[in-house]
Amino acid sequence: MIAVIDYGVGNLFSLQSSFHAIGAEVTVTSDPHIIASAERILLPGVGAFSDAARKLRESGLDRVILKEVAEGKPLLGICLGMQMLFEKSYEYGEHTGLGLIPGRIQPIRSVIPQDLKIPHIGWNPLHLQTPKDPLFRYVNEGDCVYFVHSFYAADCEPYIIATAEYGTELTAAVRNKNVWGAQFHPEKSGAVGLSMLKAFCET
Amino acid sequence: MITKRIIPCLDVKNGRVVKGVNFLDVKDVSSPIALAEFYSSCGADELVFYDITASYEERSLFTDILRQTAERVFIPLTVGGGIHSTDDFDRVLKCGADKVSVNSGAIANPNLIYQAAKKYGDQCVVLSVDIKRVNGVFHVFNKGGREDTGMEAIEWIKRGVSNGAGEIVVNSIDTDGVKKGFDLEMLEAVCKAVNVPVIASGGAGCIEDFVTLFHELPSVDAGLAASIFHFGEVDIKELKQRLAAEAIHVRL
Repeated sequence: MIAVIDYGVGNLFSLQSSFHAIGAEVTVTSDPHIIASAERILLPGVGAFSDAARKLRESGLDRVILKEVAEGKPLLGICLGMQMLFEKSYEYGEHTGLGLIPGRIQPIRSVIPQDLKIPHIGWNPLHLQTPKDPLFRYVNEGDCVYFVHSFYAADCEPYIIATAEYGTELTAAVRNKNVWGAQFHPEKSGAVGLSMLKAFCET
Repeated sequence: MITKRIIPCLDVKNGRVVKGVNFLDVKDVSSPIALAEFYSSCGADELVFYDITASYEERSLFTDILRQTAERVFIPLTVGGGIHSTDDFDRVLKCGADKVSVNSGAIANPNLIYQAAKKYGDQCVVLSVDIKRVNGVFHVFNKGGREDTGMEAIEWIKRGVSNGAGEIVVNSIDTDGVKKGFDLEMLEAVCKAVNVPVIASGGAGCIEDFVTLFHELPSVDAGLAASIFHFGEVDIKELKQRLAAEAIHVRL
C-alpha cells in the first residue's frame, strides 16, 4: 500500500486516481500508523513552500516521514512535495525543508533569459542523467512530462537524475538513496507519468 | 525545450457534449468522458471542459462528469463556464480540474482573479477573453460575445495578469467560425503586452492554420479549437506530426 500524505496542501484526487489506474493500492492519509504500515510514501504538494512546510511541521508529519525514510522506506515527492525534500527554500524569504536531499530551492527567474515566461508550464522532454534509475524503468530519453512551477532545485548536482531544458537545464527529478523527487506531475503526464508511478511501486 | 500545446475544447450541457460530434472510433460520441479519453489517446496536451449549463442541478451533473473524467484521463484539465466566485473554483478543483478559466465572472467581479490566484496560485487561474474589433480597437465582449463591455482588451488582459492570471486564452470573435486561420494581429498584440502563456482560440480551419500560428508567432504557447476536432476535420495525431515536421516542438 502507498500512503499519500494528506497535510492540507492541494487536491489529491488526480493523484489517487492515477494510482488506481495502475492497479496500486493507495490511501490518502495523515495518520502516522497508516503511514508506518505503508510500503511506500508519496509526498504531494502545490502552493507556497512556507505554508506547506509549516503545515507539515505543525502536524508532526515531518518527523513521521523522516523516521520512515531513515528505516529505508521508499519516498517520492512530487512538485512542491519534491521541493520540500531539500534543506532550504528561498521562495519569498528563507525556509527550512526536510533536509533529505542536499540543495536549495530558488526562483527560476534568476537563471533564465528575461523573455522566457514564468511559471515554466507545459510539456517538456526529460533528459535522463541516470537512465538506469529504477524510476525510469519504462521511460525513454526525450519523453515529455507536464511541469508547472516557478521555483527549482539548485546546488544538488550529485542527486539529479533528470533535467528539462528551459533557458537552462532545470532539475526535473532527483534521488538520494530511497528518496526520489519529481518536479513535474506524473499524475498529469499521461502514459509516461503513470509508468513512473508504476516503477516507483516496484522499487 | 517546452512544447507547443494542442487543446481541444468540449462544451458540456446536461452531461453531454454539445455540437454534434462525428467519430467512428468513439462509441458514445456525446459522452464527455469517452471523448476526453479519445482525445487524450490521440495526443491532446490538455483538455478544456466548458460548462454551459444554467441551473444548479445541472451544475452537479457537470462536476460528476468532471470527476469521472479525472479518474480516467491523466492530462491537465481546465474548466470554464459558470465560474463567479472562489467557491466555484473550489467546486471544480475538488473534482479533478487543474486550472480554472474565468471570463464573465472576472468582468462582473474584477477581484475574482486576485482572490483566486492568492488562494490557489497564479498557475491555476486562466483568464479567457472574447475580443472583437470595434472601430479598429480591440474590445472585450461579454455574454458569449453578444455584449460590448466597452473595455479595451489589451488593458484588461494586462490588469488580469497583474492581478494573478497565469494564462490567457484569446478568443477572437472576428475570426471565430470563419475557419480562415487564427487572428494573428490580435494575438501578437496580446503576446507583446504580457509575459504569461497565451493560448490562441478562434479561426482554425485546417492543419496549416496551426503551422502558420506557431511559425508567425513563436511566443504563442498553445492552439485551442473545438468543432474542427469534433468533426474530424483536423486529426490531432496528424496535426502534431505535421507540426513536428515543420520543426515546431510538440509532444509526440
